[in-house]
Amino acid sequence: MTAVPESTALRVGRPVPSEELLVEVDGLSIHFPVGRAGFWGQRVKVVHAVDDVSFAIRRGETLGLVGESGSGKTTVGRAILRRIDPTAGTIRFQGEDITATKGEELRLLRQHMQLVFQDPYASLNPRMTVLQLVAEPLVVHGRAKSVEAAKSDVVSLLERCGLPADAADRHPHAFSGGQRQRIGIARALALRPHFIVADEPVSALDVSVRAQVVNLMQDLQHELGLTYLFIAHDLSVVRHISHRIAILYAGKLAELADSDAVYESPLHPYTEALLSSVPIPDPPLQRARRRIVLQGEIPNPIEPPTGCRFQTRCPLVQDVCRRQAPPLEEKAPGHWAACFFR
Amino acid sequence: MIDPTPVLEVEHLQIDFLTRRGTVHAVRDVSFTIGRGETLGLVGESGSGKSVTAQALLGMIELPGRIVGGDVRWKGESLVRGPHVRRTIERVRGQEIAMVFQDPMTSLDPVFTVGSQVVEVLRRHRRLSRKAAKARAVELLDIVGIANPTERISQYPFEMSGGMRQRVLIAMALACEPELLVADEPTTALDVTIQAQILELVAELQQELRLAVLLITHDLGVVAGVCDRVAVMYAGKIVEDAPAADLYATPAHPYSAALLRSTPRLDIVLDRLVAIEGAPPDLRRPPAGCAFATRCPFAIDHCREEQPRLEVFEPVPNAVGAGDAETLEELEQPARTERTVACFRAAEVREEVLS
Repeated sequence: MTAVPESTALRVGRPVPSEELLVEVDGLSIHFPVGRAGFWGQRVKVVHAVDDVSFAIRRGETLGLVGESGSGKTTVGRAILRRIDPTAGTIRFQGEDITATKGEELRLLRQHMQLVFQDPYASLNPRMTVLQLVAEPLVVHGRAKSVEAAKSDVVSLLERCGLPADAADRHPHAFSGGQRQRIGIARALALRPHFIVADEPVSALDVSVRAQVVNLMQDLQHELGLTYLFIAHDLSVVRHISHRIAILYAGKLAELADSDAVYESPLHPYTEALLSSVPIPDPPLQRARRRIVLQGEIPNPIEPPTGCRFQTRCPLVQDVCRRQAPPLEEKAPGHWAACFFR
Repeated sequence: MIDPTPVLEVEHLQIDFLTRRGTVHAVRDVSFTIGRGETLGLVGESGSGKSVTAQALLGMIELPGRIVGGDVRWKGESLVRGPHVRRTIERVRGQEIAMVFQDPMTSLDPVFTVGSQVVEVLRRHRRLSRKAAKARAVELLDIVGIANPTERISQYPFEMSGGMRQRVLIAMALACEPELLVADEPTTALDVTIQAQILELVAELQQELRLAVLLITHDLGVVAGVCDRVAVMYAGKIVEDAPAADLYATPAHPYSAALLRSTPRLDIVLDRLVAIEGAPPDLRRPPAGCAFATRCPFAIDHCREEQPRLEVFEPVPNAVGAGDAETLEELEQPARTERTVACFRAAEVREEVLS
């Protein structure tokens, strides 16, 4: 079994996570077959969405999962929620192996882990009222007899999420993007879960509203002791909300460390390039920065490169990188990276 | 070096959209100019009217949208009204002003190779022979940094990634050597490492071809690295227009200041992000006073009663180039260092920002 990376240092101003591991992912691989098997039995092509990814999330922690499109970040999130079956590896939740949980047991498990979606326009049924939307999980899981019976609970939850008291009787179209995302969060919290996977929850929102929703998520974490897997491609927001950050590249973990360590002393060359690509809103500073502009693009997941996944774009590449995949190693206490030269 | 004589002048532009639920006043009295070789960033959140403004430059406002007032002039010629406006637009569009849009997935025709689409532009506007056009297309793809252009030219859009397609679109926009490139959120749909590549490319082309650029974006970070000036839009109006360095260092409009504060920065860690509470007004019924007054900590009664006009805030003594001006000529052209702000309380905002 590979070691499960963990961290030591913590930042002030955020809830302090306990030592207890809430989610443990070990050697997770997810491959999707694409196309059909031919008549003559040709080999089906396989998308290597996620390959041998291991990490753990502690109770009360926010782990930021960062990657570009096609890096596998959403797939990892869905696999932990058991919405996608892994090809290999195990997933533990509260110490229990849930990799193969099914049926009624899985249904019960899902009360404890919920998803907040990216698109607040597409993820809420336009024909339902906000009351129906937020009460639905309560009714489905037998926590409330009917939508009406859940109303007082729903209203207080909506208020907690910063929505007006009369929101319950309106339909989603009456709300702005930021307010819809608040509704999505209220719906995810209805069952009082311990763990939330937030898949790009603020990417579709305007800057000023984005800050409102991020602040709300942090307040809720304080109050309810929530644990977040915060999936995003926006490194500035991730730095702000996360205790630790995991960087995915083409289905593999490139780096995993405390949030400040990732930004102040990144070890993986991909992390360095990624950070230097994020523009800073300060013209003299932005113009003076040393920028690493990567050549080329993320590799095709059907035929990932041999050795290190990043070797096709890496400024440090050597022969060994093309032959062998670098293992994820603890280079400094709590700071893991997968690179031969760091 | 920037020539301050404006090539593009937008004056008191007003655009309405007629909808079933009332008339939306999307652009409400917008004025700005762009000089030859200058890069202007037009920044705003969704619904601020920035994209609609860009579309008006090339006669692309179609019903239910309507230009109800003001003018757009390209080198003195109106692109909005007059007997020959259609012909003028036909001549200018693509040739002198070119556009790149946000979505590289839908801006290319899926059933033609990218090469044939670049060739089409060249043959239509430049009247080149098939062979000459093809040679030029290869050259253009090379200029925008596409590796193996001779092979890439016969590929279809679906065979290319988003970043590649955006490069092809930029190549098409450059085909006729335009003087102004209008780029509407050119990197929003792209990953951050690819965004960095495209921005680098725009900056290079701007330098080499002395291209003027109007960069429309919601991201203050994107603007910081490439723009000479920045105009901030809110609820259909420009609220501040200033040299980029000045705007970021000392914003004078409360909305610019709030937008900057709420933008999370990679290099600064805060315990809590600063949000702008509330939401922009409904532009079917724009408020009588300043549109930002309901969300503004500086607002006084005057702000709610009367609309502040965009006025020169202070003559900044050549703040950007003073230290490293290379030629005397540059120092003698301080015309584009002024800042205009639409706020009655700009002086107070400035003081607080500085304190």
